[in-house]
Amino acid sequence: MPKSLPALPEIETRGGIWRFPADKPLRLDAGAEFAPLEMAYQTYGVLNDARSNAVLVCHALTGDQHLASTHPVTGKPGWWNRVVGPGLPLDPDRYFIICANVMGGCMGSSGPASINPDTGEVYGLSFPMITIGDMVRAQAMLIEALGIETLFAVVGASMGGMQVLQWAADFPERIFSAVCIGAAPRHSAQNIAFHEVGRQAIMADPDWRGGAYVKAGVRPEKGLAVARMAAHITYLSETALQRKFGRELQSDGLSWGFNADFQVESYLRHQGASFVDRFDANSYLYITRALDYFDLASEHEGILAKAFQRARDVRFCVLSFSSDWLYATSESRDIVRALNAAGCRASFAEIQTDKGHDAIFLDEPALDSALRGFLASAAEKRGLK
Amino acid sequence: MTRVREDFREIIRLVAPGSRVLDVGCGEGELLEMLTREKHIDGQGLEISSQGVSACLARGLAVVQGDGDRDLDHFPSGAFDYAILSRTLQQMRDPRRVLSELLRIADKAVVSVPNFGHWRVRWALLARGRMPETSALPDPWWATANIHRCTLHDFMALCDDLDIRIEACAALSEGQAARHINPKHALENWRAETALFLLSRG
Repeated sequence: MPKSLPALPEIETRGGIWRFPADKPLRLDAGAEFAPLEMAYQTYGVLNDARSNAVLVCHALTGDQHLASTHPVTGKPGWWNRVVGPGLPLDPDRYFIICANVMGGCMGSSGPASINPDTGEVYGLSFPMITIGDMVRAQAMLIEALGIETLFAVVGASMGGMQVLQWAADFPERIFSAVCIGAAPRHSAQNIAFHEVGRQAIMADPDWRGGAYVKAGVRPEKGLAVARMAAHITYLSETALQRKFGRELQSDGLSWGFNADFQVESYLRHQGASFVDRFDANSYLYITRALDYFDLASEHEGILAKAFQRARDVRFCVLSFSSDWLYATSESRDIVRALNAAGCRASFAEIQTDKGHDAIFLDEPALDSALRGFLASAAEKRGLK
Repeated sequence: MTRVREDFREIIRLVAPGSRVLDVGCGEGELLEMLTREKHIDGQGLEISSQGVSACLARGLAVVQGDGDRDLDHFPSGAFDYAILSRTLQQMRDPRRVLSELLRIADKAVVSVPNFGHWRVRWALLARGRMPETSALPDPWWATANIHRCTLHDFMALCDDLDIRIEACAALSEGQAARHINPKHALENWRAETALFLLSRG
């Protein structure tokens, strides 16, 4: 008889939307100020009396605040359920874990799909251009509002990892440790190129309507799905694609037409179709643009080490995946090199896997044990029980 | 209880309490852990193997996955009080550069090298005409990672050339306590199986 696994204990989760008053605007890198700022977030665990056990997790491009709780739209489990939970590296019995939807996102934080209170209409393309720096400044406002002076750790993968680096550059005195997984200190030409394909697919969809699709009562679903399909390829390694699908067909024989003959086609179409149910096309444009604009060194005279000059007291852990070609190990090495040059305390490991960038979300015991080891020793130094 | 390697014991003795230490080729972090426990050092490891790096992280040590031949230049000058290179120099592609790099990033270097001038090595060559396989050099020539072998006197000549001062030297043999020696003594070039040096800039 198959033994059933014990049910996971329910993690205490709270959250909501923090509405900043109009006189507390977010200063944007593009020059303007944005108000009123709204930040949607979830928390797991309990903040201790010393307020020293808070961990901020920064999500990736298409992620959101539903880190370890059921997603309200898709009904699927949290995107990092594998890492966050009792007995797991990010244990809510030990840490107070916060995850906020990024500024520009579409799960409750201010973004192009939000209503502009001045006009009563959806922002659409009137939403200001944002950067990774803006996202982090908005998070810092939320953390302060929650009454937390110093985060025990800021943890993020992919775009989340870039936010971690930005935190270290902009608010080093407010973080004790930093974990940057599968990220890069800048977007490369190849990264920008793939994003441009996605954006062009969205904007080429007649239902995009110059960004004003909400008003027209339509959605550029086809364009957004194609954008997701193209991006999804970059998350997988060639080996993983080959292993998963090879040249396997959906049914016996070829259709001699343009149906999804191959399993890989069907898989990508499914990825595209399910994505449009939970994501806003304009959000995708804004966030991919923010990523393309990301170049941490450029804010520091072109020298990455200078970005980390004030972060000498922060404990860093940088992790990469051997088969990740979106943000390759060489990018993580550049980060580590800069940290070393700045005199920061850094650990770095390349995790051996053939799963590509997607390994962040998949069963990867080496990732778990690295995270667990690093966080546990940092917690000890922080005096956390 | 596992036995502590003799070279570790000697390194722990040499390192001043509370100092900043870089262990190049730190393996699974045993030495760094002992130094942290016994000398309360602020340690950093550099290790090439994934297995070693994972083990270090699990131990809560700061470790960077990297290559001593390639990645030492990322560390700023004077970042450490000690740089340790234990039984690895002879495996480096460019030992001369590595040695001067160690003393750029740290005030002092602790370096141990197997002595190719040891009598057993000389005997293997002289009597049998074969590449030596000893406890300090256990692998056959076609499998050994030791690509740059030297004798104790060769090593001292290199230090001299690089203007490096030898502050202390100990001879190490499998299963025996470290023996403090004068490395200039001709006899030691026959007797020492492995030599451990404490070095500083001249």
